[in-house]
Amino acid sequence: MITQLTAAEIAEQLRAKKLSAREVTEAFLSRVSSENPHYNAFLTVDEEGALASAEAAQAQLDAGNSSPLCGIPIAIKDNLSTKGLRTTCASKILENYIPPFDATTITSLKEQGCIILGKTNLDEFAMGTTNENSAYGNVHNPWDPDRAPGGSSGGSAVAVSAELAPLSLGSDTGGSIRFPAALCGIVGFKPTYGRVSRYGLVAFGSSLDQIGPFGKSVEDTALLSQAISGYDPLDSTSLRDAKINIGNLKSGSLKGLKLGLPEELFGPEIDEQVKEVFELALDNLVRQGAELKRISLPSIKFGVTTYYIIAPAEASSNLARFDGVRFGPRIEGEGHIGNFSATRGQLFGPEVKLRIMVGTYALSSGYYDAYYHRAQQVRGLMATEFEKAYADVDYIVSPTSPIVAPHLGGIKDQMALKTLDMCTIPANMGGFPSISIPCGLAYDLPVGFQLTGPVMGDEKMLTDAYTIEQAFGRDYRRPPIL
Amino acid sequence: MSISLDEVRHVAQLARLELSESELMSFQTQLNSLLGHFEDIQHLDVTGLQPKPHAVAMQNVFAADKVHMCLPRDEALANSAETKAGLFIVPTIIEE
Repeated sequence: MITQLTAAEIAEQLRAKKLSAREVTEAFLSRVSSENPHYNAFLTVDEEGALASAEAAQAQLDAGNSSPLCGIPIAIKDNLSTKGLRTTCASKILENYIPPFDATTITSLKEQGCIILGKTNLDEFAMGTTNENSAYGNVHNPWDPDRAPGGSSGGSAVAVSAELAPLSLGSDTGGSIRFPAALCGIVGFKPTYGRVSRYGLVAFGSSLDQIGPFGKSVEDTALLSQAISGYDPLDSTSLRDAKINIGNLKSGSLKGLKLGLPEELFGPEIDEQVKEVFELALDNLVRQGAELKRISLPSIKFGVTTYYIIAPAEASSNLARFDGVRFGPRIEGEGHIGNFSATRGQLFGPEVKLRIMVGTYALSSGYYDAYYHRAQQVRGLMATEFEKAYADVDYIVSPTSPIVAPHLGGIKDQMALKTLDMCTIPANMGGFPSISIPCGLAYDLPVGFQLTGPVMGDEKMLTDAYTIEQAFGRDYRRPPIL
Repeated sequence: MSISLDEVRHVAQLARLELSESELMSFQTQLNSLLGHFEDIQHLDVTGLQPKPHAVAMQNVFAADKVHMCLPRDEALANSAETKAGLFIVPTIIEE
């Protein structure tokens, strides 16, 4: 079955002429057509565009195109602008938005012959942890359709996990790639802030947002990271030496690799069975030569607060552009201010409105110092604590999520939902690269193992993650339903 | 710190969000729950801590002063609700 292969395996077969780009694309399109109704992972499927790209990719392959991803299909989170292809951010306010330009990551993928299958579901404007905030319905986890896939890039995670696409792109503001990757049993990687251009990514929290890959294996996520990274003058936060150069990944030794487990990410918030699976995985790495250090990073306990002040503050500013004046649907209100308010009040969903309210409050006169300014100081403290820790350890490790995939509608308490990001938030605060690798099952559901490393340590992280993945094995990764 | 319904109404107005009474009440509860959680950093001694506004510090990023292609007018206007003679038609804000 073509759809069971990893991107690297498909690439090999395309080069050996055992498969054609059209065969590969048709195999995934056909699976999307029959299976997506069960998962609701895709919001838009571009069959015609994908088949046309497949023809073009085959011509490139025949002419000797050496891009590793030439002819490989990919699913794109629906907050990345795709020229001529509807981009909704899973919001009613962008229901009919057809971008007139491509995000830089999309331009890069197209240039390298990657085939865009369509756009995936997400929490509205990427705000959520379970993907239950989409204006277009819940996404279902292939490990158990009654459970959430995690968010906010839930559609992209499920696309890969349910074998609807070999690769996908997501965005990660507080864990939105790593969290759903963990809950769906796949690999998800958030590169160092600034290594992947944010141009064309609909902004949520600009100082935190980073685009990154999902794949069935570390190798696939490394290939995709390489393909989308690089300096981009269109993004003023792009780093000059942004390109992630991996080359051929080789399994190395874990001997001497220092892993720091902070007690703040291994406390009572973490489910007991998740802890057990994580500890078994950790023991496995230690047996192979890795060194475990139990450490303390006290500022981690302020991560959730800091994030839920900074991200909404930035969002309240970024989302001010959606006003129904020049673009998009407009709902008539009283006077022109009334038009803004009616349009925004009726077309944004509840979670987006809540976060705009939180952000507006935190930035408003009289509260700025107590909330926004103070949160930025704590953010600095967190980043410094992590940077100091990197002098003693190669990576900070923890479970990616405190729990396994929750039931849809299972977590009613808003604060409990928001606390689920506790393990993933610190990486965004410091701009650190961070990856989630499946490490076993608890309650027959996937558990993710997270590594967070120093800024610009992406290449080393992907190489080490590749070795770690060999140690964990990959045979328990396929959802039984498939 | 807790937030009153009037304050919620004021924030909604600042944020340009028209909310129903039931939404206002629901947001009051949720905001108070979040603000309760935010108390944890209020007791932290932040004296002398530098604020960190961005993930990776950068300064003075300039773009090359070069002419480059931009979107053709018809493409730039394509998503607009109403246009005339290559311009946006927007609601009147100043009466004649």
